[in-house]
Amino acid sequence: MLEIKNLQVSLAEEDKEILKGVDLTVEAGKVHAIMGPNGSGKSTLSYVLSGKDGYEVTGGSASLDGEDLLELEPEERAAAGLFLAFQYPVEIPGVGNMTFLRTAVNAQRKARGEDEMSAAQFLKVVRERAKTLKIDSDMLKRPVNVGFSGGEKKRNEILQMAMLEPKMCILDETDSGLDVDAMKLVSEGVNALRDEGRGFLVITHYQRLLDHIKPDVVHIMANGRIVKTGGPELALEVEQNGYADILAEVA
Amino acid sequence: MGIAESRISQLQDRVAGLSVPASAWNAKNRAAAVERLQSMGLPAPRDEYWRFTDPKSLNAIEAPKAALFDPKETDVFDTIDRLEIVFVDGVFDATASDELSGSNMSIERLSDAEGQDTHWTADCYGALEAIGQTPVQRPFAALNTAYATDGVLIHVTGKVEKPVNISYRHANETSDAILHHVIKLEEGAELTLLENGPAAARFNKSCEVFVADRATFHHVRTQGRDHERRAVTHIFADLGTESVFKSFTLTANGALTRNECVLRLNGDDATAHVAGASVGDGDFHHDDTVFITHDAVGCESRQVFKKVLRNGATGVFQGKILVKPDAQKTDGYQISQSLLLDDDSQFLAKPELEIYADDVACSHGSTSGALDEEALFYLCSRGVPKDQATDLLTLAFLAEAVDEIESDTLSDLIVDKLEGWLERHRP
Repeated sequence: MLEIKNLQVSLAEEDKEILKGVDLTVEAGKVHAIMGPNGSGKSTLSYVLSGKDGYEVTGGSASLDGEDLLELEPEERAAAGLFLAFQYPVEIPGVGNMTFLRTAVNAQRKARGEDEMSAAQFLKVVRERAKTLKIDSDMLKRPVNVGFSGGEKKRNEILQMAMLEPKMCILDETDSGLDVDAMKLVSEGVNALRDEGRGFLVITHYQRLLDHIKPDVVHIMANGRIVKTGGPELALEVEQNGYADILAEVA
Repeated sequence: MGIAESRISQLQDRVAGLSVPASAWNAKNRAAAVERLQSMGLPAPRDEYWRFTDPKSLNAIEAPKAALFDPKETDVFDTIDRLEIVFVDGVFDATASDELSGSNMSIERLSDAEGQDTHWTADCYGALEAIGQTPVQRPFAALNTAYATDGVLIHVTGKVEKPVNISYRHANETSDAILHHVIKLEEGAELTLLENGPAAARFNKSCEVFVADRATFHHVRTQGRDHERRAVTHIFADLGTESVFKSFTLTANGALTRNECVLRLNGDDATAHVAGASVGDGDFHHDDTVFITHDAVGCESRQVFKKVLRNGATGVFQGKILVKPDAQKTDGYQISQSLLLDDDSQFLAKPELEIYADDVACSHGSTSGALDEEALFYLCSRGVPKDQATDLLTLAFLAEAVDEIESDTLSDLIVDKLEGWLERHRP
């Protein structure tokens, strides 16, 4: 589904290479996790895939179901089925959460040539999905992420994911800033979306999230490359021994 | 102290083509305004109060030509059940207007009233304008009081359900219109005034509002979209105890607009909100000049002005809160912000607080900024096209001003207009 080949990326402003040839394939129905020390390029990978400005792709490719992602605008990538749950969801004063969600859902539907959702239809679906994430109507009415706690912001990300029903979900350190209960709630939200047709790429520092969202494949990223790939046991190894052993082993 | 001779001769030329309408009861008010105007002269660019807005085209003898703009849209307030009064290039249009009558109010034209022997406005006409000349001179307001050809006089004695809508149409490319309205709300009375339309190539409008104790005055206006039109407008209002005054203005396009609002809170616990959203693309100069005087205890005032500027458009804000020594427990708030959509546009702001009471809460802020790139990316990453995301964020920026409109029906109409404008003015 998501196919990344030898992806090389530099910062646009300065001549600094962040990704130095990333190869990664995420199949439909699978959950892949990427772990790695700070500064290894995990978040950069998520931003480059979703189309954020400020990065220059100097080599390689990334495609979603055969479609070249790097040629598309961020909104086109979203309409193609890519979703990034932000590590730091952005606050948008003045834009109501509900308005935002409905605008996004209908923009994607329109881009795909589908009928827009009516207000009533949308309301019904959003209420139902918000409820399972313990998002109350007050949170839906408030401006996007404004005054939300860390946990509320992350739950709001998962609600967006649930409403947009993407094919490929990237979760960038979704566990950061979450207490145990919030992590459980968010994980349940993610697990509810696990589906044969949907791929997940979970970026995290800690194995703990992977207790809740069980990965099929775990990758270790360091210094702009994927240096080791294995099963769920690899995450446990990191948790117990840190990255030093693995990095020494591949060096 | 005399004024420079050049100013006197400039003023003589400016008013040479104007005449003071004759009236038994109003002659004194008109003559006093002529005198005020002559003692002031016309504004000059070096005057402190006109530093950011060049008065040249307002001072010019002839109104600069303004092409007619037909947006092929219905008027903004068409869906509202209202009493509509139509002026075309400043001339009353009886056919297009509704019958001038309504319950809980008397309503008539200034030019009709001036033909009568006496009138209730005899003590009102020009009174607030005269007071409003201190401490800052407002020559165009004096000119208006002296030479206005017509206007609407409304005396409100109770709650008026239907809004009064003064609609200003523009049909002549060189029209030069001067209108003067007087509105008097008796104790506990309520009125909503709506205004819309470009009015004329050059428009000088003044509105004096007397809000008695516990009376409520709501005002929502849109200034027509003709690109080359020019306007200088004044609102003067006196507020009694526990009275409420709320005014909102939407300005889209216009080569020059100077909107002055001069409010005095004279009765305890009065509330005054004045807000504006303006959007300009290219040849657009919009100036909001506000002067609010707190002269009673426990009053609240808010000034909320937001401007969206692109392609060399200019926004100006001069806002003052004056708190007199006895105006304790004053709550004053003032915010002026601009969203600059490119490097060519500019926003000039002069916020002022002058406070002589010691137990007050006054805050003010003024900012200029670009769209938040992080927010834009966030919206786009959810599938919202960049144009639409930009519009959403722009509307969000304007929301604080639009939210000052109390009626949801009216604020929805304003948002519709803004959405349309933003859609047509994408880069």
